[in-house]
Amino acid sequence: MYSEKVMDHFNNPRNVGEIENASGVGTVGNAKCGDIMRMYFDIDEQGIIRDVKFKTFGCGAAVATSSMATELVKGKTVQEALEVTNKAVMEALDGLPPVKVHCSLLAEEAIHAALWDYAKKNNIVIEGLEEPVDDISEKEEEEEY
Amino acid sequence: MAERIAGRPVCNINFKGKKANKMSKVIYLDNAATTQVSEEVLNEMLPYFRQTYSNPSAVYSFADEGKKAVDNAREQAAELIGAKTEEIYFTGGGTESDNWALKAAADAYASKGKHIITSKIEHHAILHTCKYLEEHGYEVTYLDVDEDGKISLKELEEAIRSDTILISIMTANNEIGTIEPVAEIGRIAHENGVLFHTDAVQAYGHIPINVDEMNIDMLSASGHKFNGPKGIGIMYIRKGVKIRSFIHGGAQERRRRAGTSNVPGIVGFGKAAQIAGKTMEERNVKETAIRDYLIDRVLSEISYTRLNGHRTDRLPNNVNFCFRFVEGESMLILLDQLGVCASSGSACTSGSLDPSHVLLAIGLPHEIAHGSLRLTLSEETTLEDIDFVVDELKKIITRLRSMSPLYEDFVKNQNK
Repeated sequence: MYSEKVMDHFNNPRNVGEIENASGVGTVGNAKCGDIMRMYFDIDEQGIIRDVKFKTFGCGAAVATSSMATELVKGKTVQEALEVTNKAVMEALDGLPPVKVHCSLLAEEAIHAALWDYAKKNNIVIEGLEEPVDDISEKEEEEEY
Repeated sequence: MAERIAGRPVCNINFKGKKANKMSKVIYLDNAATTQVSEEVLNEMLPYFRQTYSNPSAVYSFADEGKKAVDNAREQAAELIGAKTEEIYFTGGGTESDNWALKAAADAYASKGKHIITSKIEHHAILHTCKYLEEHGYEVTYLDVDEDGKISLKELEEAIRSDTILISIMTANNEIGTIEPVAEIGRIAHENGVLFHTDAVQAYGHIPINVDEMNIDMLSASGHKFNGPKGIGIMYIRKGVKIRSFIHGGAQERRRRAGTSNVPGIVGFGKAAQIAGKTMEERNVKETAIRDYLIDRVLSEISYTRLNGHRTDRLPNNVNFCFRFVEGESMLILLDQLGVCASSGSACTSGSLDPSHVLLAIGLPHEIAHGSLRLTLSEETTLEDIDFVVDELKKIITRLRSMSPLYEDFVKNQNK
């Protein structure tokens, strides 16, 4: 059902954990639909994401997409991180089953939520960043079905 | 697929460098989904593929043996539930039987009324058929269940109206294993002159059922749930119940279920029923002991865990837990990598965003229902299997909780 890359990221998730006093923390999803992702960003003065950690409650794809998303944003600038889309996460994982596409949307949203929190804390505006939605399920239905 | 050595499936999963279980075999704990056809059953079926392959409806003497085999199997199927031979109709499986019971009873008794009573925890073969009937002018009452999954007899009595034609309540639930008070439901149905159908797919061959003592008018069962073959089921229809054909065509099954008799399947069903009857008592004692050992170990060794379903009024082979703060599919993948086959009622395993309707009906919040794990034993499940599974499960739950934001929040709130 899952690609080898998905299984690898599920079995050996990268960057699991928490960051104390993180520059930005974002939590998305809800327990109702069965997926919650939380991302912690440590961002330096140059706006570069120095460290990323995540915690996820969810299925194999939810864990794998969070893990891959953290890899894709680590070391990037805030602007570059903003450009990491769910499609990029999916491609990096060699694809996801159709019913699991929402997990990649959640991962993208988790990045946005952590950046939003960072922007709020620092009173800055990140160009192109919109306030993240808590629940991607409605958005997903419009986009995917 | 898996080759069989000494009657046990051997693990042929490619573990890709992951460690296999000590015994390097599949520990199959999904017997509520389906069971292995027993060797005795298979041997009984084999001659009907190539030697005695005739159509039992034919006139020539070559067909006689097939006819006899079908009659014999019908007797075996009837005996297990105290029915008369002519009250057993072979079908294509449990789902067909459920569809037939509901749709045909609705059709036959429409002049009396159009109200049906069922429960919220029925199998989809019942629930989706009820939805279909609702679209066709019938009214359905879905009874609530308590936290153990039992219906209330009082609510059942109150739900009965003058236009109620059918009560359909399962004998035992497929997910949480709870056994419903079938005899009392049957009594209430008969006192009120209402037909009683029970979906016994999980119960037939597993726990004692007597259609007369329990006032059952119709009963569905499926072969592959008790070491028989797939694609064969029965419907018991009490003599005098006037429901009609559902599958139209030839004159098979006393003109009530057309289609060339699935002779090997029927023979397999009969043999499996006969064996199930003979071994039931001993099997139940053994399975119940292992089930209770599994329940006790998990509840005492893994914190924030709930047993779903009634503690004692449950199928001898069913265990269903919810582990808080973790999600079911993740558990299943990790168990699978150890050669352990299990199932879950989480949304991710159901293909929708909602967890199992049964777990929601017993009052669990969504996030807890997502963390369900069902382990269903067989006669061959050993204490060694269970010890391995529980030891590994402890590690799996710890690992998944360590990466769960829900657990993180829970711990932080506790420390406040």
